[in-house]
Amino acid sequence: MDIVRITFLVGAVVLVPAALIAYVLVTDLGVRLLPARTQPRIRPWLWILPSMLAVTVFLIYPTIATIWLSFLDKAGQTFVGLANYGEVLGDGGVLVSIRNNIFWLVGYTALVLVFGLILAVLADRVPYESAVKSLIFMPMAISFVAASVIWGFMFAYQPPGAPQTGTLNALLNLFHGSPIAWLIDHRTNNAALILVAVWVWTGFAMVITSAALKGIPPELLEAARVDGATELQVFFRVTVPLLAPTLTVIGTTLVIFALKAFDLVYVMTGGFYDTDVMARRMYGEMFNNQNFGTSAAIAMLLLLAVVPVLIFNLRRFQFQEAIR
Amino acid sequence: MHINSPGVLRNLALALVAVIGLAACGPGAGTSSGGGKTLHVLATWGGDEQKAFLAMVKPWEDRTGNHIAYEGTRDLNAVLTTRVSGGNPPDLAGLPGPGQMAEFAKAGKLIPLDSVVDMSQMNSQYAKSWIDLGSVNGKLYGIFIKAALKGLIWYDPKVVQAASVNISSSSPPKTWDDLTAIASQLKSAGKTPWCVGLESGAASGWPGTDWIEDLVLRSMGPDQYANWYQGKVKWTDPGIKAAWQKFGTVVSQSYGGKNFVLSTNFGKAGDPLFTSPPGCYLHHQASFITTFFQQDNPSVQPVTDFNFFGFPDINSQYTGSEEVAGDLFGMFKDSPEARDLIKYLTTPEAQQIWVSKGGALSPNKQVPLSKYPDQLSRQAGQIITSAKVTAFDASDNMPDAMNTAFWHGILDFVGDQSKLDSILANLDKVQADAYK
Amino acid sequence: MSVAPVAAPSRAETPIVVEATKEPRRFTLGSLPLNLALILLTIIWVVPTLGLLVSSFRPGFLISRTGWWTALAPPFQFTLQNYSDVLQTNNLFTSFINSLTIAIPATVMPIAIASFAAYAFAWMRFPLRNWLFLLLVGLLAVPLQMTLIPVLSLFKSLGLSGNFFGVWIAHTAYGLPFAIYLLRNFFGALPGDLFESAQIDGAGPVTMFFRLVLPLSVPALASLAIFQFLWTWNDLLVALVYLGGAPQFAPMTVTIANLVNSLGSGYELLTAAAFISMALPLVVFLALQRYFVRGMTAGAVKG
Repeated sequence: MDIVRITFLVGAVVLVPAALIAYVLVTDLGVRLLPARTQPRIRPWLWILPSMLAVTVFLIYPTIATIWLSFLDKAGQTFVGLANYGEVLGDGGVLVSIRNNIFWLVGYTALVLVFGLILAVLADRVPYESAVKSLIFMPMAISFVAASVIWGFMFAYQPPGAPQTGTLNALLNLFHGSPIAWLIDHRTNNAALILVAVWVWTGFAMVITSAALKGIPPELLEAARVDGATELQVFFRVTVPLLAPTLTVIGTTLVIFALKAFDLVYVMTGGFYDTDVMARRMYGEMFNNQNFGTSAAIAMLLLLAVVPVLIFNLRRFQFQEAIR
Repeated sequence: MHINSPGVLRNLALALVAVIGLAACGPGAGTSSGGGKTLHVLATWGGDEQKAFLAMVKPWEDRTGNHIAYEGTRDLNAVLTTRVSGGNPPDLAGLPGPGQMAEFAKAGKLIPLDSVVDMSQMNSQYAKSWIDLGSVNGKLYGIFIKAALKGLIWYDPKVVQAASVNISSSSPPKTWDDLTAIASQLKSAGKTPWCVGLESGAASGWPGTDWIEDLVLRSMGPDQYANWYQGKVKWTDPGIKAAWQKFGTVVSQSYGGKNFVLSTNFGKAGDPLFTSPPGCYLHHQASFITTFFQQDNPSVQPVTDFNFFGFPDINSQYTGSEEVAGDLFGMFKDSPEARDLIKYLTTPEAQQIWVSKGGALSPNKQVPLSKYPDQLSRQAGQIITSAKVTAFDASDNMPDAMNTAFWHGILDFVGDQSKLDSILANLDKVQADAYK
Repeated sequence: MSVAPVAAPSRAETPIVVEATKEPRRFTLGSLPLNLALILLTIIWVVPTLGLLVSSFRPGFLISRTGWWTALAPPFQFTLQNYSDVLQTNNLFTSFINSLTIAIPATVMPIAIASFAAYAFAWMRFPLRNWLFLLLVGLLAVPLQMTLIPVLSLFKSLGLSGNFFGVWIAHTAYGLPFAIYLLRNFFGALPGDLFESAQIDGAGPVTMFFRLVLPLSVPALASLAIFQFLWTWNDLLVALVYLGGAPQFAPMTVTIANLVNSLGSGYELLTAAAFISMALPLVVFLALQRYFVRGMTAGAVKG
């Protein structure tokens, strides 16, 4: 086996964190040489420097390149101003995608948050907590390719009268309903895709909520019960407010993922049948139409859509600072 | 409860040692085969195709001592575009289609092959249309690794005979009218004539485009067909519209209705041919469908259980035109070894390797027909090398935006056939932009 | 030892010195509906995966013909063919090692880097702090595909494409926004008095970070580790673009994706492959479950 590769592996796993710790310790030695007042002014910048550096190169620089591209033509040569944005926003298909993204934003986020919270709280109180959490978490461990295979089986359609091969249609059959082509039918297809995403991501919300739950001192809950509160009241008046910051984090992450939803839609319906989403369109423009201008414009629209979420987060910080 | 810091560190250290130990004992992946260059090949072939391609290049590897590092991805478009634009192209790659090949060639990313392959040999072994398909502005940029014959109509001979329908490989329906008469005959006997399946993930709709293309080719002729995929014939042209309408009739006579047609994967769409009682009697698909037939219905055999006849004529003056498709292959980084490989891949010796594995046809006229694994593929192989006119899959020849709109149009049409006019008008709009 | 006088759920009022208590399991009547609801929900969640599991033991031609539940009644017609085909795939072991080689550093590095930044954002005051942090959160929205070409060009000029180092740094950078966001939340939730009393005792930020924050944030670090490992283990595109999918570098995701040919044939192998590939992340998840324990904030600092 490659000596080179082993060295790399050891380097990354051991030396990088070690180097980081060394960096912090050494710079701290330097910082302590400064007058006591300036220390807390310099230190934070040193601590965030590695992160900001990495993020600048890999995320900020491409974003700026993308902003620039969104004002250029298809081949990326001539300046065309806002033409790409006009083209994108005037496209009927894009308006459908925006509508779908809003479905995702609301449906996916709400369902994942709620299920994640309920499951975390319920599992917390039973001795078989680990088993439950593992089973709910399992869909996240499945790659999205496998998830699409699984749900392909779930949604499979055979004509009415023929034996059904899909789980959902077989259940419908049991209740004397006629089979639905879940991914084709405009009434059900967006909900179907969102359902798959909720099935996968609830584990995510549950695990993080669970971690936060463990940080709530049990005495707080105990005291509330002693004061006569019912379980439901304890949940809503004590647990949830204490979880609010974590729920904000999870919720924000989910909203952003809803805006970026791509893999499931691409693999299961290709965006056809009015299920298209913005990220899939961006992919199509970039790699199928080879139009770097319009794909950049769509990416910019996605980033702009995040701003309200950021404002919400800002308000939350300010609120949390105030009560700290 | 404290987290036992020494304990945690100890566990982590143990885990790390285990991983490194595993990595150390793992098969030596970094060892090179001692001398010889490694060529990186990127293509979309997986599973059995991957094995066939590796078998195809193995004699060359053995002979030259070079090594092929094959990378497969179903997302060839995305990965290839990214790697090429990012300055890290593979040495050689499968090309998603003639349209994309032309884009890469015009952007100067593909190496011209005129001086790489032996053109006189190419001209004698391949029909001109195959060389033209791989060329942009007169220069050769792509060679065909394998090909497929489209526009075949599959049927189960036993079942067709039992239904007293007059089809056999020796006397297939000669004209479209003959075929529709057979369909009507089946319908009046209370049976469903056709099976159609359009689902294919992000490419859903392509079997429908094959239908339209076959209809256009035989009703309007190869020249208008070429004009059409070059964007010079409007979608609202009456001839094109008539083709769509014929396809619409077929869909309305298909097993399972439009829901089944839209949600069934193309590879499974032919399965009702083999059920008892049969769900349908006729299935339009390319030569590669045989693998799917045999996978899903392990007991069926070629010729006895499934056979094909060519798409019937609509206008007799266009007899002898066949629709074909193929996998193009090009060179992105020049090197003597890459040149040698490309040259090798065009030879009959190389082509026949994949052919013998099944699921592929070769456009090389010198590949012996005996190399084909069964009689049906032999027949198809002969048709593809001896056809009077070979017309390449039109949608593959269109710019990607047009191609995607075409697929979308098919799906919309099957969903609601009354929308045909607006669908065609929309395709005209896309056409106006896409060919710029 | 004083009992927590809790009227309002304000963190600042919670005294520090409390004994850790494990919440007693209460098996009152009320917990029967709870258990039922939980088990029902779990069963619904598991059904699709169960369908895949059963299908992975069925021959390909039966999978599409009949629903998976039909396999649970005679004739069973189970087969190990799918598993044996996948396990005998060329290069499977190498790609397993490759996946580990990618995922482990790509998990450790972002957690290390993010913890320092998250602590700074949570407990140090500096100008532009909130704005910089918001920028980081906003970067969560950057679509991966937009970054591929610029970064690949950069890698090419630095010689980082086609080796593991490049893909480690890439995964690290892509994972940082979420990591910092999550950790800052958990670090910030630690009671302020902890730090105050530590400062009174003369501890500096470095000591507080290593002795206070990290040990108390183990559930958060464990959650982050789970997800970062998972995302890098299941990643396909980043590896394909920066590392290349050649056999000696291909991670398992690439090898598994190649089980299916370009037309989609061979998908029954994916059923078995999904479980084979899922095994390690599940092991990681189970192993890290022991760090999801209650009462972390208790007993850390004596009064």
